[in-house]
This record gives sequence, structure tokens and C-alpha cells, in this order.
Amino acid sequence: MAEVLVYVDHVDGAVRKPTLELLTLARRVGEPVAVALGKGAADTAATLAEHGATRVLTHDAAEYADYLVVPKVDALQAAYEAVSPAAVLVPSSAEGKEIAARLALRIGSGIITDAVDLEAGDEGPVATQSVFAASFTTKSRVSKGTPVITVKPNSAAVEAAPAAGAVEALSVTFSDQATGTKVTGRTARESTGRPELTEAAIVVSGGRGVNGAENFGIIEALADSLGAAVGASRAAVDAGWYPHTNQVGQTGKSVSPQLYIANGISGAIQHRAGMQTSKTIVAINKDAEAPIFDLVDYGVVGDLFDVVPQLTEEIKTRKG
Amino acid sequence: MSLRIVVTVKYVPDATGDRHFADDLTVDRDDVDGLLSELDEYAVEQALQISENSDDDVEVTVLTVGPEDAKDALRKALSMGADKAIHVEDDDLHGTDVMGTSLVLAKAIEKAGFDLVISGMASTDGTAGVIPALLAERLGVPQVTLLSEVSVEDGTVKGRRDGDAASEQLEAALPAVVSVTDQSGEARYPSFKGIMAAKKKPVESWDLSDLDIEAEEVGLEGAWTKVEAAAERPARTAGTIVKDEGEGGKQLAEFLAGQKFI
Ligand SMILES: Cc1cc2nc3c(=O)[nH]c(=O)nc-3n(C[C@H](O)[C@H](O)[C@H](O)COP(=O)(O)OP(=O)(O)OC[C@H]3O[C@@H](n4cnc5c(N)ncnc54)[C@H](O)[C@@H]3O)c2cc1C
Ligand SMILES: Cc1cc2nc3c(=O)[nH]c(=O)nc-3n(C[C@H](O)[C@H](O)[C@H](O)COP(=O)(O)OP(=O)(O)OC[C@H]3O[C@@H](n4cnc5c(N)ncnc54)[C@H](O)[C@@H]3O)c2cc1C
Repeated sequence: MAEVLVYVDHVDGAVRKPTLELLTLARRVGEPVAVALGKGAADTAATLAEHGATRVLTHDAAEYADYLVVPKVDALQAAYEAVSPAAVLVPSSAEGKEIAARLALRIGSGIITDAVDLEAGDEGPVATQSVFAASFTTKSRVSKGTPVITVKPNSAAVEAAPAAGAVEALSVTFSDQATGTKVTGRTARESTGRPELTEAAIVVSGGRGVNGAENFGIIEALADSLGAAVGASRAAVDAGWYPHTNQVGQTGKSVSPQLYIANGISGAIQHRAGMQTSKTIVAINKDAEAPIFDLVDYGVVGDLFDVVPQLTEEIKTRKG
Repeated sequence: MSLRIVVTVKYVPDATGDRHFADDLTVDRDDVDGLLSELDEYAVEQALQISENSDDDVEVTVLTVGPEDAKDALRKALSMGADKAIHVEDDDLHGTDVMGTSLVLAKAIEKAGFDLVISGMASTDGTAGVIPALLAERLGVPQVTLLSEVSVEDGTVKGRRDGDAASEQLEAALPAVVSVTDQSGEARYPSFKGIMAAKKKPVESWDLSDLDIEAEEVGLEGAWTKVEAAAERPARTAGTIVKDEGEGGKQLAEFLAGQKFI
């Protein structure tokens, strides 16, 4: 069976969930060969093997942390040349898309970005995209070269599928461009202990209606009662009430959880672009005319300062 | 010293309009008004700020690849304060994918001459977010992308990139390609004076032959990807909406329990 390259997104060897989802999708079109780069690369092997990677190609060098994007493109290209895969799959993070695009150009292949599903087809993998703020669904394929496809988080279930996961050292020669953009400083983000926004099964978001950074506590309390991630609208982020990394929408994260709860969010098109594919949508808003109510499975017209704490209490009681 | 900045700006269908696809599965541009992609306003803004903060002689050129109407996007950028504009227009461009678009933009940027390219983080229609990286690859210059803060001094561009796991400080020597996010700073509104001045600013028009690009390299035929189907997402079935009369939170909890979320 043909091999499929899967680019591994990991933090010091801990594989992030979207990569495990990619392995599920990769098995529909071939045998997954994973490529893990940077610090802790080899530590990813056990997890990748449990989820179907037949081989794990690893390489570490200072360049991956010290320079932006290009060293990773060089390495993925080396893996591409070593494996001659039938397709290359990369998680649709901001960086993932940049790596995938530069690789695709180098190998003379088309690229499909932000796929939400993937199937084998007669003429190669067929990708589903959710476009125009999720109001349309398209099916596309790459018609030239080896398909390079980036896939959004939450596009497939993570499935265990034990495979060999044999670790092999990848040999990489960096290009002249590799050292073009220096990373001169890095401030790690503090962990909140909550699930990662794009990976969470439940997302609880707050908007302008939350009316102040200090009030986000009630949004966080609801999130914690459900084991959820916290999101925010751009209005809340621009006001400085919540960090930009938590923004949901066109210029923030796009999320596709099982449950999305919008609190004090009107539902502007740019916000909907980032959450419209959520399976179940719930909103609390005091304005019965708010556009968010057009999307919801369940909506409460009311003041979030009354409804949210009551909901949180009730959830805690029910969970015992 | 002089600094030549080329800002890439896309003309897109208004996101608040009823966007859909034409029979050939390309974006239907006739039914919805077009405008300058909002995120590219941030790119124009940063170019103008770099110009204003510089002792050098800075020239800001805005560049678009798009149909006749795309001139509207250029006019908007000129009225914000850009110095001149380039419009690449050719019937053969209809249906071009990211590879073709990046080819045309790269050739036009080379022809125009540049020290710095500034793009938006993503368009508001295709939203791929890959054109800046592709331009860097094609032009063979550093990519300094997704910046929420950018500055240029002594032939070096510096910026801050806020990622998921960390916030990074970046630095590269010019020439380079930069892309900016909507956190980089509010885009200015064109003033009346700006709008009047824009009418007199030069807009050059180039077609594929000016850029030595063959028709087969771009357009639907030349695309390296193929859209096979596009379907409107079925409208969500009307949900249950209750008015809070003191029990709204409890009612919602009941719904969530019924859906097995609790
Ligand atoms: C290029 C571009 C990109 C953008 N990207 C994004 C993006 O990524 N994400 C995003 O979210 N937005 C984005 N926006 C902004 C978007 O257009 C909206 O301005 C934004 O989503 C509004 O946020 P909001 O719903 O919190 O605020 P508002 O629209 O002001 O809505 C607040 C809502 O809260 C309700 N409310 C007020 N008080 C209460 C209360 N006590 N209890 C209950 N309800 C209450 C109100 O009825 C209202 O419906 C973008 C805009 C542009 C131009
Ligand atoms: C819904 C949809 C999905 C698509 N999916 C794909 C896909 O998966 N693969 C593919 O190859 N093509 C795809 N396309 C086509 C692609 O969008 C176009 O080729 C487009 O012109 C470039 O990509 P983008 O708009 O996504 O730009 P992005 O990469 O999101 O744009 C980033 C920046 O590049 C600059 N820029 C982009 N286009 C232009 C332009 N025409 N003129 C000037 N500056 C520009 C702007 O500064 C912009 O902010 C898709 C188009 C649509 C409408």
C-alpha cells in the first residue's frame, strides 16, 4: 500500500491531538509515515505507533527553534524525497499551512488548505472544505503533483490502531534560506490547565456582553464545570478582557467542538466563521433578535449574569 | 536611502453578503459587492506607519490581481495614503488557485522592484493564509509572517509573532516578505483629502504578457487543484429558544443533560 506522510505537531515530544486525528484520516488513503522534528522528536514514536504510524522519521537540530518555518520545510522535503509518498498531510495550524504551502511549491504540487474531511478517490484523495464562514461545503482534490493537504483540528475521531512505528533518523541538509528569519526571543504561554481551544470537546465563549475582564470569571467557572475550553469574541479581546489566543472566529481560532456555548455574543459573520461547524450550539443573550439565535440548537433570551451562574450551579449539582 | 514597499491587497466579495459559487465552481462575483479584503487594510496601515516613522524616502505601492472592479480595492488603499497602484488583470486569470496567484504576484513584485512586501494574514474569501509564505519561497527572501507588531530599521525588519504555544520575536534582513494580523493596529479611515488625492495617483495595469506568464500557467485550466462540488450547507433546523423567567439556567442544564453533555 502507498505511504502517506503525516507532519507531526508536538510540544517537546507530546503529540498534539490534531496529529492523531490526521493519522486516522491518513489510513484511509495509505500507510502513515510520520515526520517529527525538533526537541523531543523521537519521544513521539510510541504515541504515533499506537495510532497507526508504520514508521516515524525524526530529526532534531537547533535550527528548528532558532529560525522560522524554512528549516521545517527543508526537513519535510527531505522526508518527501526519501519516502515518495502518495500524499502529504499537515495539521492546519498557522505554521502548518506555511510549511505545507512552501513544500507543495517546491515539489510542484497543488495544495488544499483547511480540509475538514478526507476520502480516497479514483484520482487521489478528495478533501472536504467548509467555506464562506461555513455556509458552503466543497469537495476538491489536487490535480497536479503529490496532494498536499492541511487538515483542521476536530476533523476526525482519534482511533487507536497499533502499528510498528519504527523510528528512523531522517537526514536533512538545510537550504540557504533556512536561516533567513531569526527567532531572537520566545515567551512561552502560561498554561491555564484547561483544554486547548481548538481541541476541546466543549467551548464556552464570552463576548462584549460579559462587560469586563473581571466578569470573565463566571465564563471560566461555567467552562470548568464542563471541563471546557474558554473562547472569546473579538470585541472581548480588543477590549483587553481576554487574550487574543482565545479569540474564536475568522482572525482567531476556528473551533468545531461537540458543544459551543456563546455568552453575550451577537453572532457576527466573522465570529460565526470560527464556530458554525460546532455540533451543538447554545447561546445566552439578552437580545432576542441577536443573529446568534439563528444558529442555535438551544437559546436562552436573558441576562447572562443571571443565567450563567445558575447553569453552573445546576451542572455542579447534577454532576454531584 | 530609499525603501520600496509593495503591499498585496485582494478584492473580495463582501463577507456580510450572500456569497456563493458560479456554475464553473469559481466564486460568483456578480451577485455580491466586492471590497478591499478587510485584513489587507491592516497591511496598508503598517506600510503607511513604516513610511511615516522612517527618515528614508519610502514609496508604498499597492498591488492587486483581480478583475476590472478590483480597482476599487486599489482606490481604497490609495485613499488611505499609498503612493501608487498596480492592477494585474487578464481574462485568463479567472479561477486561479493559490499557486497561480502567488506566481502572478511574485512576478509583478519583481517587475515593480521591492525591498519589503507586506501582505494581510489571510484573505476574507479564500482564507488560505499561505500566499505570504509562497511569495517568500518564490522570491527567495525571508518570510516574517503573522506579525502583531512590526518595525523596520537599518535594513532589518523586526516583529512579534503570537503563536499558540509562545510569542516569538523575529528578525530578518531586507528584502523580506511580511504578513500582519489584525492585532497589528487599527487601520485608518481615508480622509476626504485622501480620497481626493487618490483620484490623481497613478494606477498601472499589467496583463499576463507584461509578466511573461503563459495563460496555461494560471486560471482554471492551469490550477493545480480542482473543485469538484460545492453545496450550500443546509440551514440549521430551528432550535428551541426560551425566555429566562428565573429558571433559564436550569432549563438549559436540562437540555444539556438530555444531550448527554452533563
Ligand atoms: C476583518 C475582521 C475580522 C474579524 N474577526 C473576528 C473574529 O475572529 N472573531 C470575532 O468574534 N469577531 C471578529 N470580528 C468582529 C465582528 O465583526 C464583531 O464585531 C464581533 O464578533 C462582535 O463581538 P460580540 O458579539 O462580543 O459583540 P457585540 O456584537 O457587541 O454583541 C454583544 C452581545 O452581547 C449581548 N449582551 C449584552 N449584555 C448582555 C447581558 N448582560 N447578558 C446577555 N447578553 C448580553 C448583546 O445583546 C449583544 O448581542 C472581525 C471583524 C473584522 C472586520
Ligand atoms: C472558499 C475558497 C477556498 C479555496 N481553497 C483553495 C485551496 O484549497 N487551494 C488553492 O490552491 N486555492 C484555493 N482557493 C483559491 C485561492 O483562494 C485563490 O487563488 C486566492 O487568490 C489566493 O488565496 P487566498 O485568497 O486564500 O489568499 P490568502 O493566502 O489567504 O491571502 C493572504 C494575503 O495574500 C494577499 N493576496 C491573496 N490573493 C491576492 C490577490 N489576488 N491580489 C493581491 N493580493 C493577494 C493578500 O495580502 C492576502 O491578505 C480557494 C478559494 C476560495 C474562494
